[in-house]
Amino acid sequence: MKEEPILQILNASKSFGGVQALVDVSFEVKEGEVFGIIGPNGSGKTTLINCITGFVKMDSGKVLYRGKEITNRPPNYIANLGITRTFQIMRPYYSLPAYKNLIIPLFSPRARRKGGWRGGGKLGDRATVSIDILEEIGFERDSFVPYKLASSLPTGYLKRLELARCLALKPDIILCDEVFSGLSMSEIASMVPLIEKLQMDGITLVMIEHRLRELFRVANRVMVLNFGAKLTEGIPEEVMQDERVKEAYLGSEKLLDYTFEA
Amino acid sequence: MAEKYEKVTNTIERRKERLDRGIKVRTEGIYAISSLEEVAYLVLPRLILIMGLLLLPAVIPSLYWKRVISITCIYALLALGFDFLANFVGLVSLGGAFYIGVGGYMAAILNKYVGLSPIITIPLATFSGAIICTLLLLPALPLRGVYFAIVTLMYPLAIARIIEALNILGGTDGILGVAGFPTRWIEQYIIILIVIFALFGLRRLVNEDIGLVFRGVKDNDQAVRASGLSITLYKSIAVFIASGLGSLGGAYLSHIYMWSGISQFALDFSIIPIAATVIGGGGTLVGPLLGCFFLVPISEFLRAFGTLRIVFYSLILMAFIMFRSEGVMVYAQRKYHQFERWVKV
Amino acid sequence: MECRNTIQHSNVPLFYFFTMDILIYGIVNSFSLALMAIGFTLVYGISRLPNFAHGALYVITGFGVWWFIHKLHLNYALSIILALILMGLIGAGVYRFVLIRVRGMATSEIIATYALGLAILEFLRWRGFKGMTYTLPVFIEGSIQIAGVPIDLQRIIVIGIGIVVISFMWLFTHYNKIGLALRGMAQDEHAAMMLGIDSDGMAIIAMAIGSILAGLSAIVLLPLGNIVVEAGYNVLILSIAVCIVGGLGSWGGAILAAFMIGFVQILTVRYIQSHFHMVVALLAIILTLILRPSGLFGRQKELEERV
Repeated sequence: MKEEPILQILNASKSFGGVQALVDVSFEVKEGEVFGIIGPNGSGKTTLINCITGFVKMDSGKVLYRGKEITNRPPNYIANLGITRTFQIMRPYYSLPAYKNLIIPLFSPRARRKGGWRGGGKLGDRATVSIDILEEIGFERDSFVPYKLASSLPTGYLKRLELARCLALKPDIILCDEVFSGLSMSEIASMVPLIEKLQMDGITLVMIEHRLRELFRVANRVMVLNFGAKLTEGIPEEVMQDERVKEAYLGSEKLLDYTFEA
Repeated sequence: MAEKYEKVTNTIERRKERLDRGIKVRTEGIYAISSLEEVAYLVLPRLILIMGLLLLPAVIPSLYWKRVISITCIYALLALGFDFLANFVGLVSLGGAFYIGVGGYMAAILNKYVGLSPIITIPLATFSGAIICTLLLLPALPLRGVYFAIVTLMYPLAIARIIEALNILGGTDGILGVAGFPTRWIEQYIIILIVIFALFGLRRLVNEDIGLVFRGVKDNDQAVRASGLSITLYKSIAVFIASGLGSLGGAYLSHIYMWSGISQFALDFSIIPIAATVIGGGGTLVGPLLGCFFLVPISEFLRAFGTLRIVFYSLILMAFIMFRSEGVMVYAQRKYHQFERWVKV
Repeated sequence: MECRNTIQHSNVPLFYFFTMDILIYGIVNSFSLALMAIGFTLVYGISRLPNFAHGALYVITGFGVWWFIHKLHLNYALSIILALILMGLIGAGVYRFVLIRVRGMATSEIIATYALGLAILEFLRWRGFKGMTYTLPVFIEGSIQIAGVPIDLQRIIVIGIGIVVISFMWLFTHYNKIGLALRGMAQDEHAAMMLGIDSDGMAIIAMAIGSILAGLSAIVLLPLGNIVVEAGYNVLILSIAVCIVGGLGSWGGAILAAFMIGFVQILTVRYIQSHFHMVVALLAIILTLILRPSGLFGRQKELEERV
């Protein structure tokens, strides 16, 4: 992990009508780390991702990528810089096979620039490249899983498809919006190694999560949001000991200790 | 307790099930060329369509109705553009007349004032018309769909009135003395060939990878943006193609009638493509084309009734949208590719 | 926009005259635009429905009143009241029987109202309703002079009715239960539904009120000229221009935009050339979409925040 921050958010604020979704949120993400963002429902986590990736215009504040300001730039510009995101509510193209879902990101300028999948060169046939990506992410080629219609895939695979969509852009950062949600225990068990693999490939991950146990297995640091404001940040063990965090979630110590088993 | 059980069994016993026909499944891959039957299944409808279009002028005796065929083809270009934009990209083009007018005036100007012959003016007017239309529609492209509809609605109405009021570009008289085509057969057949190429070209386009991008823009534009693509760019490409088709039609029209004027911005050119698409079957590309061949001749019959024909299209259009929004070709294709049967639950 | 050759008849300094002339006719034009546009922006604001049949409703009201007066021989005031009630019913009917079936499919909604508007206007054109034959009488004959500028009393009435309508709409949506419900729908449809406000019912009311407003603007403005089918398309374009500049769905924006466009139109007509009002409308729309797409008071967030 390098020391200089790859992503800096300074004093991000956003309100919708009368609702303050983000109040002066500042944090840094170091390159190569897994940074978790947690907090009760409605604490502004998804709004934060939307602001960082340009889907929502911030009222005030700055977003810096490797020191360069990218505040309020359009989403496709930010994606082409290498900052990708997943969507909490996925809407893949159900009537298309899985691999065709990846064709669109392979059209982007960044995918074209960064070339083919296995180390440089021209992009070649998009279908081939997308099947390669799917294989990397766990779609077994032998069982013809990439060719199955997206409507027939279980949630675990759809979540991987979302990540694959990001991977097609050869990203530096992936902002994951609740990738663990909606998965069965076995699906989660296979998702965690995937996250670790992505980190080993050098991708920085910012993960919004509700499933704290799984998140804490992979996260280096976490930040807690509550009512749009940053409560605290630090390594998971320390953060969970913080009284304010426990209060924010449930107010009951016992339940909180149950969710966090190191 | 016994009664309850009886009521519970009084439920649906059977349902309709739709399955792809065997022959459709067989023709999906390389096996499409394995037997004459399979080849015929795929090729025959297309062949009938092409032959039908090419032979049509030969079987219609009257000169007047031969010209109607040409006009229908021009409407067909508009309808293809409309179907493409509305059902493959998500942009509703309420003013097809805009493309016709721009192309028509461009061709007339290039011919009369610059002195170019129709062989050059038509491609040039197509291309420049597409550029002009795309630029004028550009402000609406990054915004929600309703803005595009508003702007396309407004342009033909406003520009027609401006030309008339400011008396530019020939004013109410229009631009006269535009050159015609060298021979009748060229005038008749070039447009038919253009329509066939446009149909199969667009078909090919939407099945290519870029067609997926367009569909993404329509269905899930947030995901497309998150994937690093500029929505505005792809919408512009789509508008360029559709307005190009329309401008082509307009340019051709100017040379058929040897005149270009405000009536090229008329409402017929706006409403018939929409009606043809809704009736013929949106999303099929061939449906709108056939829809034109149904509506335009009827329009000619109704000419005696004045603008009542526009009332007629509008009402049929509304009826279809309200009650049977599938369209004829969608229904036909479904019947052709799938069969239905009752299955026990 | 009529020719004005009355400079000789007034005896005030020329510059003062021109300024007052622009000011007064600017105000009249602005209120006219505001009256036309408010029906359209109301319907869009509440049910996100662009009512492209707005211009058609305008023209139908004119012909309706004419028909009541000349064929049924009712008196003017009664004809007006009947026509407005009829417009409300027509508006409600259009939603209840046509639009409700295509609700939610944006493409079909747009096509449906567009086709309806065309059907109505072209039907009226076919029936021979064109030319100079059809006019509505002004409410009060005569004209007066304000600061040396002659002006018809009818135009003053336009200003008056404009003020009344705007005030009434403001009071209605701030103090009346139904009006408040409409405002709630305009702000957030889902939240309103969760509070028990029936979205379709409100949409019907919105369409009814929008149609009545369209009719009201027709009743007040048509006596200034003839009833022609073309007016339907013109009113549609002008209303849309005002609503886009003001922000689709924003009433305050529509009124402000009406004044901006209204004055620019008068200025161009006086100083450049008449017939320029359509150019102004077109340019206003394009400039707004380029510079500030959500309009003056439009809710910016709708354009972006759809994640």
